[in-house]
Amino acid sequence: MKLSRYLRPVPIAAVGAAIAIGFAGPPVQAAPKQGGTLNFVVPDEPPSWDGHRETTFALIHPFAPFYSVLIKVNPDNPSSPTDFVCDLCTEMPTPADGGKTYTFKIKPGVKFHDGTPLTAHDIVASFRKIIFPPEGTTSARVAFFVMVDSVEAPDDHTVVFKLKYPSGAFIPALATPYNFIYSKAKLAEDIRWYEKNVMGSGPFKFVGREAGAYVRGERNKDYHVAGLPYLDGFEAIFSNKQAVRVQAIRGDRAAIEFRGFPPKSRDDLVAALGKDVTVQESDWNCVLLFTPNHRKKPFDDVRVRRALTLGVDRWGGSESLSRIAIVKAVGGVAFPGHPLAATKVELEQLPGYWPDINKSRAEAKRLLQEAGVPDLKFVLWNRAVDQPYTIVGTWLIDQWRQIGVTVEQKMEPTGPFYARLRSQDFDVTVDFNCQSVVNPLLDIGKFLSEDIGNESYGGYTDRDLDKIFEAMNRTSDTAEQRKLMRQFEKRVLDEQAHSFVTLWWNRIIPHRSYLKGWKVSPSHYLNQDLANVWLDK
Amino acid sequence: MYQYILKRLLLMVPTLLGAALLVFLLLRLVPGDVCVLRMTGGAGYVDPKAITLCRAELGLDRSYAVQFLTFIWDFVRFDFGKSMWTGRPILEEVGLRFELSLQIAIMATLTAIILAIPLGTISAVKQNTWIDYVVRGFSIAGIAMPSFWLGVLIILGLLITSKALFGSPWMPPIKYVPIWVDPLYNLSMTIFPALATGYRYSAVATRMTRSALLEVLREDYVRTARAKGLVQKLIIRRHALGNALLPVVTIIGIEFAFLMGGLVVTEQVFNLNGLGRLFVASVTNHDYTMTQALVMLVATIFVVTNFVVDIIYAWLDPRIRYK
Amino acid sequence: MTLAANLGTKVELADKPKLRSRLSAVGRFARRNPLGAAGGVVIIVMVLVAVLADFIAPYNPVANAFDRMHEPPGLENWLGTDQYGRDVFSRIVYGARTALLVGFASSFVGAAFGLVLGVASAYFGGKIDLIFQRILDIFMAFPLIILALAVIAIFGTGAQNVIIAITIPFIPRCARVVRSSALAIRELPYIDAARANGFSHARIILRHMIPNVMAPFLIMITAFVGQAILLEASLSYLGLGVQEPTPAWGLMLQGGAEEYAESAPWIAIFPGIAISLAVFGFSLFGDAVRDEFDPKLRSR
Repeated sequence: MKLSRYLRPVPIAAVGAAIAIGFAGPPVQAAPKQGGTLNFVVPDEPPSWDGHRETTFALIHPFAPFYSVLIKVNPDNPSSPTDFVCDLCTEMPTPADGGKTYTFKIKPGVKFHDGTPLTAHDIVASFRKIIFPPEGTTSARVAFFVMVDSVEAPDDHTVVFKLKYPSGAFIPALATPYNFIYSKAKLAEDIRWYEKNVMGSGPFKFVGREAGAYVRGERNKDYHVAGLPYLDGFEAIFSNKQAVRVQAIRGDRAAIEFRGFPPKSRDDLVAALGKDVTVQESDWNCVLLFTPNHRKKPFDDVRVRRALTLGVDRWGGSESLSRIAIVKAVGGVAFPGHPLAATKVELEQLPGYWPDINKSRAEAKRLLQEAGVPDLKFVLWNRAVDQPYTIVGTWLIDQWRQIGVTVEQKMEPTGPFYARLRSQDFDVTVDFNCQSVVNPLLDIGKFLSEDIGNESYGGYTDRDLDKIFEAMNRTSDTAEQRKLMRQFEKRVLDEQAHSFVTLWWNRIIPHRSYLKGWKVSPSHYLNQDLANVWLDK
Repeated sequence: MYQYILKRLLLMVPTLLGAALLVFLLLRLVPGDVCVLRMTGGAGYVDPKAITLCRAELGLDRSYAVQFLTFIWDFVRFDFGKSMWTGRPILEEVGLRFELSLQIAIMATLTAIILAIPLGTISAVKQNTWIDYVVRGFSIAGIAMPSFWLGVLIILGLLITSKALFGSPWMPPIKYVPIWVDPLYNLSMTIFPALATGYRYSAVATRMTRSALLEVLREDYVRTARAKGLVQKLIIRRHALGNALLPVVTIIGIEFAFLMGGLVVTEQVFNLNGLGRLFVASVTNHDYTMTQALVMLVATIFVVTNFVVDIIYAWLDPRIRYK
Repeated sequence: MTLAANLGTKVELADKPKLRSRLSAVGRFARRNPLGAAGGVVIIVMVLVAVLADFIAPYNPVANAFDRMHEPPGLENWLGTDQYGRDVFSRIVYGARTALLVGFASSFVGAAFGLVLGVASAYFGGKIDLIFQRILDIFMAFPLIILALAVIAIFGTGAQNVIIAITIPFIPRCARVVRSSALAIRELPYIDAARANGFSHARIILRHMIPNVMAPFLIMITAFVGQAILLEASLSYLGLGVQEPTPAWGLMLQGGAEEYAESAPWIAIFPGIAISLAVFGFSLFGDAVRDEFDPKLRSR
């Protein structure tokens, strides 16, 4: 798996590829090959084609290859939360004005697929649409850019972002893969033109689409990185049954699915295909939570909420669930492995993370007794998605069964599920937090008070918690951030027992071995422009 | 006869209107709406104003009465409008899926007829012998097996046997290509779901053939033929089968109408981009316009099929006309 | 989903059953209809298993045992274990309860409503009949699975809602058949006599009409149970049926079963067989009952 690290595709190498023919080097050092069509499967079809308004990965996988962005995660190092590189800019800027001004120089000579030049004005128009959506449009990421005061283009090759206050969250927000750069002219013509049309400057040109079936792209010969992309084209095939997608890889109807497969499917594919399949794995910046409704009895009682988390054996669960579901890492509120995340020792202090589960369960039973609900019964609401929702929900129910709590699980499709969360019509619900660029400072916004949080459904208001969050976002001192993060975590998971983390997801991508130049990242939203991908056939 | 046809035609109107009202109300009873869903499918902050705006755009803020009347008026003019989920014309979204569903429906119907008529005939002629039991057992097994289970077994069987025979696993294509573009590719995809569905559907038709034939075999004219000393085979072919076929044709017609849009589960298993999958997707997406259009499409197919069957019956049996 | 088709045959009016000797009647039925008798045996076994589940099942059907995941069939777990380490045999045994509950509840309720509607429609005739018929037409024209989908979307998942979702499409199908039988009865002289005696509508319907359409009614019920079990499985496959960890056959075929179909086939095979066998049994029995009540199809 780690082999892929040595296959780092260097753009210039492609130009040299033709010359390299005849040198029979070891396969590891093989230069990327030109040509071929990549088939991949996508679980869903996105509602519209406008990246600025959509939030689903189903938009990214088929459509990201059509667009350039200002900056992106490093495709050679996509698992790093801090390694960003330029796409349309010439170099990553150093902030000026005490961290409040960022000036980007834009690559000259970039062309849209219709041949018109891409300038700083197009970038400004796109970001204005994202940050300050005009009347009549919707942008899903306004909250990411609360710190931005203005975005201007003093000339054709310069973009200046002015911030209200310095923030460590700005650059990661900028690198969000949905920030497609659109043509200013098209936007002026119709601000919503991009909902149903595609016209970018990315490595691939849009060829066509069949409703519910596929999206097809072909090589952009004028791509602004010379020699890229390697592929002649790609075809994103929609298939909403996981078993079908797994079999599609097996029967070579597709080379890869970029979201992630369960461990057992990986093992079956490896068993069936041997060296024809390569597996890449990564911790995933998505986590399943469970949240009690603070407005409902008896969950208004902090003792009951603590009992619920104390009853859950995360260390044991990680071991067994990682064999059947796409979850693995035990962690707190921050992405495990990030410098801001809790260490194992720190975690073991929190309820529900104690090393001795029997002690933990005894304490849970004691708390329930004390709260007067020794044989608690409730309904756990869950989203009707098998991996990992149903599996984790079913596991939670069995965990609670062992502290004498009886739980019925009710599953709903995404729409009604969210409607229920928003109207707070639940006892306890499974919930999730799934972000693209790893950025714990913003990602934990999920846990804030209901009036300011990003989809915080527990129905609680905790101003002290909000203050810790605010302080964390306004300091650039990492040690201070880390200290505040621990306070935040302890408050959410322990003292106030607002909402609980179960297990972090684990991304498993088994793909056909002939697919090269793609590296797994901690998010299925990242590193999907396919510019560096090539086929070794 | 004209009067009868006219009467039957007029009776279609309240049925379609009722189906329209039913789907309209059902959809609005489902909690949540397309705007909430479209903006919160992933994670992230959603501006409540954006949702209001989206509702206004889609006309969801109008009163139900206005929405319903608009829907009916558009339907009458065959203007299906745009999908609320994708914002694209419904005709465009439905077209390709309709083609696929139609092809599978036709192929499955053919499979069913080829299986059902001989099996049903044998079963009736050899009533209550072991042949009858085997045939009935075989055909009922077709109804008893969950179709998705059968589908999963078929795909798995293909993957395993092809690997054993040719060294690399093969599975049916997962992307539809029209039959006139690449017939072989098309058939290698559609044949398996068509067989799976056709088998299941033949079970119903076999039973129908059997009982219809049994009934006819007891009619006086068949007895007369037998008394005349005609050979059993000839009796069946010349006298009985023709008359027994009418109810069988009815069943096949109704089943055909059902196949258009009813293959929800089979389509999932074989990754067929047909009407059934679109149906499920549009209901779960709260895509009102799309679901409404699909329900009206399927209801119209159903009503028209019934109408045609009724007319054929009336034409054959004058008693019905004057009832 | 092929209900419309299955029930398309007109069910003829049966003789009033003479229950002289039930046992010998069963014997004769079995001789005339060995397939039906086989179906009956399947049903009886299934009911016994469901009732005695607590005594038959060796394990708790919902307890996870992560140290025993994907165990193949053997002495400890007769039919193996699933991905949560739960005993497949115990889950099938308890699953019979869910299947019968959903099957019988939805077919009885559906058929009962259908019975009342069908008889009332036939009895009153005229405008009421016309309106009822149009309403039934609407439901018949409405795709069955979509109706079920919508009901689940409105009420949410869970056993009761699945029953509702399956029941609603049954009502018009049963009402249709019952009505056509009841129409024939309405013309009989004794109904006229009852009317002439000044009996109330309710009394005539309940005492005179309904007992006489019991034959088609029972046929409908047996036919529905198998269909309901299948529909429940389909809904579960789409993730809209009863939910984990409730033991239910359709649910056992969904998710994990497909994923593990090759390396742990017992997870998918046994519940699939359970469903097929149950539906097979009910269909055979239903066919036999229909043959029995329909003198035209009797051989001698």
